[in-house]
Amino acid sequence: MSLPAGVERRQFGDESALATRGDPVYGEPTTDGWRQWDPHRSKLGAMLELGLETGLEGGDGVLYLGAASGTTVSHVADMAGPTYAVEFAPRPLRDLLSVVESRPNLFPLLADARQPATYAHVVEHGLDVLIQDVATTGQARVANGNAQFLAGDGTLVLAIKARSEDVTQDPDAVFEDSIATLESTYEILDTTHLEPFHDDHLAVIATPA
Amino acid sequence: MTDRGWFQGLDGRDLDSAIGAVREGGAEDPRAWPALAVETGFAESQDDYYSFLHDVTQAAAKAAVRRREQATDQQLIHAIRAMDDLTETANELAERAAEWAGSQFGESDEGLEYVLEVAEREPETPLEAEIVDFAGTVRDIQSRRDRLQTFIQEHAPVVAPNLTMLANPLLAARLIALAGGLDSLAKKPSGTIQVLGAEDALFAHLEGHAPSPKHGIIFTHEYVRGTRPEQRGSAARALAGKLTIAARIDHYRGEGHSPLQAELDDRMEAIRAGGEDQ
Repeated sequence: MSLPAGVERRQFGDESALATRGDPVYGEPTTDGWRQWDPHRSKLGAMLELGLETGLEGGDGVLYLGAASGTTVSHVADMAGPTYAVEFAPRPLRDLLSVVESRPNLFPLLADARQPATYAHVVEHGLDVLIQDVATTGQARVANGNAQFLAGDGTLVLAIKARSEDVTQDPDAVFEDSIATLESTYEILDTTHLEPFHDDHLAVIATPA
Repeated sequence: MTDRGWFQGLDGRDLDSAIGAVREGGAEDPRAWPALAVETGFAESQDDYYSFLHDVTQAAAKAAVRRREQATDQQLIHAIRAMDDLTETANELAERAAEWAGSQFGESDEGLEYVLEVAEREPETPLEAEIVDFAGTVRDIQSRRDRLQTFIQEHAPVVAPNLTMLANPLLAARLIALAGGLDSLAKKPSGTIQVLGAEDALFAHLEGHAPSPKHGIIFTHEYVRGTRPEQRGSAARALAGKLTIAARIDHYRGEGHSPLQAELDDRMEAIRAGGEDQ
């Protein structure tokens, strides 16, 4: 498997783990300026750990939906180029702000990912990667609505949380529905379950159709 | 909504107007804004553009967070959660203090009352001093909790006058806290408000191995708790209905007293008299 430039395996004590270079943000172990990227706390980290080809490359322009307090987006900003981080809730955004402080390429936006028109005047068109990890219903629709920010050869990196769609339904049925919705806008390149790192989550890699 | 980038229409690089443009603006479609900013002379280079964008989005996000967190319903939520934490801590420490004091003084009293009494004693040995001091800590936490309760009782009617009229201040604050804000409470259907706080029971029901919960936190309301068990479901439904309307009036209209209390009283009288739908 090939890791994106800027993401490397490093030795932390006895274990070798994914890492990026930047200021630590959530008390993660560091070594020589590299910070450990915990796949249990990050769906994107889990995807890389599982060897998924995410299409993410060093220096890429990224739109990150569902940035939360910035655990994952901090690693993305360490290795990517301009990174737009959309988060809906003020509380996690407050934590995200300390991540933003030391990362000049990270642009935080308090906005609802279901309403791209409220941030399309800030987020640019032609981005390389759209990363989405939002815990709301209609995750596939959110991804479709934000496809407009991607370049024609850009990549969608999506983590679908089954329980956000319907707690009573079988996760695989939820994933099937979501994929069908995505196919109106994207060509699906790869999917994989994120176990053992995250239960009932499906990773989807796609490109605008 | 325009189709302009946030920087188009700005007169120079005044941070405050730029923050306003990021917050208030919007566009149907995104464009290659950095290139456009260089083209129109707003930025000298893309690096220059990104550097200013970083400052602007950071400042806008900071301002947005501050604004949202100062909203009084959010403060009410912090207060009720802090009060609940203090209650829990006080009870836990009181149990420990009562056990300790009991072993030393040869008494077998329990509960907060006993601990508050111990806190007032004159210790005669260093060990007793430790115990009395510890009991004093429990008393302090308890009085901190009582002060917060007073704060909530004064603040809840300001944040949500109608909701507080129907519920009591603590229940009103808890409902707002469970919903995450008055805003989201006002957007919830009555059936959701009826079971707020009973999420575990609700999900067990949805997964098919439990009956549907009849009430969540609104059980603490006299109109639910004080109604006969066989009519509690009806009572909870009626109360939730009125609370929902009250939350919406509070959020969308802001103030003004409504006939809700009288309507609720009538409805409860009917339910308790045995009638279901009237």
